[in-house]
Amino acid sequence: MEPMTTQASATLDTTSNPACLRIVGDWTLANYASLKRSSERLAGQYDQRTEVDLEQLGQLDTAGASLLVELLGAERLSRLTETAQLPEASRALLQTVYCSVQDFCIPEKQPEKSVLIQLLSRIGCAVDTLWQDTLQILGFVGLILQTLVLRLFQPRRWRVTAVVAHIEQTGLDAAPIVALLTFLVGAVVAFLGATVLAGFGASIFTVDLVAFSFLREFGVLLTAILMAGRTASAFTAQIGSMKANEEIDAIRTLGLDPVELLVVPRVLALLIALPLLTFLAMICGIIGGGVVCALSLDISPAMFLSLLQSDIGVQHFLVGLAKAPFFAFLIAAIGCLEGFKVSGSAESVGAHTTSSVVQSIFVVIVLDAVAALFFMEMGW
Amino acid sequence: MSQTTPERREAVIEARGICNRFGTQSVHEQLDLDLYRGEILAVVGGSGSGKSVLLRSIVGLRRPNEGQVKVFGQDLSGVNDEQRSKVERRFGVLFQKGALFSSLTVTENVALPLIEHAGLSRADAEHLAGVKLALAGLPISAADKYPSSLSGGMIKRAALARALALDPDILFLDEPTAGLDPIGAAAFDQLILTLRDALGLSVFLITHDLDTLYTITDRVAVLSQKKVLVAGPIAQVEDTDDAWIHEYFHGPRGRAAYQAATAAKEL
Repeated sequence: MEPMTTQASATLDTTSNPACLRIVGDWTLANYASLKRSSERLAGQYDQRTEVDLEQLGQLDTAGASLLVELLGAERLSRLTETAQLPEASRALLQTVYCSVQDFCIPEKQPEKSVLIQLLSRIGCAVDTLWQDTLQILGFVGLILQTLVLRLFQPRRWRVTAVVAHIEQTGLDAAPIVALLTFLVGAVVAFLGATVLAGFGASIFTVDLVAFSFLREFGVLLTAILMAGRTASAFTAQIGSMKANEEIDAIRTLGLDPVELLVVPRVLALLIALPLLTFLAMICGIIGGGVVCALSLDISPAMFLSLLQSDIGVQHFLVGLAKAPFFAFLIAAIGCLEGFKVSGSAESVGAHTTSSVVQSIFVVIVLDAVAALFFMEMGW
Repeated sequence: MSQTTPERREAVIEARGICNRFGTQSVHEQLDLDLYRGEILAVVGGSGSGKSVLLRSIVGLRRPNEGQVKVFGQDLSGVNDEQRSKVERRFGVLFQKGALFSSLTVTENVALPLIEHAGLSRADAEHLAGVKLALAGLPISAADKYPSSLSGGMIKRAALARALALDPDILFLDEPTAGLDPIGAAAFDQLILTLRDALGLSVFLITHDLDTLYTITDRVAVLSQKKVLVAGPIAQVEDTDDAWIHEYFHGPRGRAAYQAATAAKEL
């Protein structure tokens, strides 16, 4: 496609009578912008009597043809293509384009609403979505519980393999990262405690600080947040891509229950894995604290353990561990529900994965705060 | 492969000695195929005979294990990225499932190559995209929709509009009529024929649709036994002495399509 030497243009020759519109050069995509500008300049300067000269028209493609249609109007062009001297290909192209463009018109843009209205409508939408989401998650939790209870008495329909596979993915595979992270946080908490408590001459209480915080809060909270990021997103992506691929519909048409097949094994797996990981997290956090105590506070491991044994009651451990199943259930439920909400596109999978992580972390932290208040009031 | 065309025409694509292997499994061995300027070439073959792999090798999505593909007389494996991109802009590819970008509306899908390659402003590009959509026979109401809310036929048309966005010289179509109803499929065939005549396209078409073969193709290439068994006008291909080809063209479906095509020509 070598460009022709003549500059592509549309010019109005007013010297002749009647005036003559000359179409010159290559009307192709490469010249589209300049041709569009020049044809816009010409608008209104010519009428039905103006002659049109297409003889110097070079190459033509759909972009140029559509410009010509706009410049001359479909009706005019249809008469021209029959009479004018044109190569057969250009004639066919022009005919094809004006035939298809005839019923094509640019849709009118809706007038922009004022910023205030837009702001209010977005707030309204957000509140409504929040309410609908809450209803949905509550309904879904109910559905899972119902399915769980119904299948509990039918051992034949327990899906042990699926549950074990998910325990491996969500529990065993996550153990190293949970252990490392809580070990580091345990060390950090011990450092903080040592620094602050040293001012009161009470650095020995660093042991209590680490043990209390990890048994009651940090162990379970850190694990749950990690699981929300790691597992909830995985559940959403797995179920979401199945939904996008119509696999969920296939399950339904085969007379199977997607909740029983996909959700219950995941929920059960996380119900088992999260308390186990929480236990691991508590131990690793306390070890992290113990290492710092031994290295920077001269509290030997033996002394650390005896302090732990004498000061910390078993109820702290139980308080922490009791929260784990609730977190597990909600994380799995939110992850699966967001997966089911995916619609068709790849973008939707991404959006719902993000949403499932955000929601599950939010729910975990809110629930933990409520639980902390509750346990405090109960004096546990 | 025997030269089947009487007059020597300009080949826009020359594939020579293509070998494609996946592990130990070989799909193509020493495959030769030409696409001439302005023709509609259909590639047929059984499932798994490597039609899509051949398409991917030609458009450069897969480097063949052996052999070379010349496009407009230029071997693409030896050129740098910039030149390669320049040649690839002259390709329009319609993928089997459309492959529209799901995060963009139909208009934005078609406007994307116009903005990126032709350097048009967004408004110009979207306007021109509207023309392409009209050309592909898509109603204007579909222009602002996302691909997920379109029917199969509309997705095909939108994808065709995107393939045509840069006014390509060569159009690659991977099973364009699969999954369309007969009316839609016939209309799509006619659309391809019209566009070929109007835009002077060379069309590389993979299909299983016998009606398409009989109505719009200039040449048919049969892919079998890891190479192009025969390539030529359909009358010549269907008389080839090969069990698979015989069953393909002279089976009940082939007969029906042939009769329909001849009846349509007599009318």
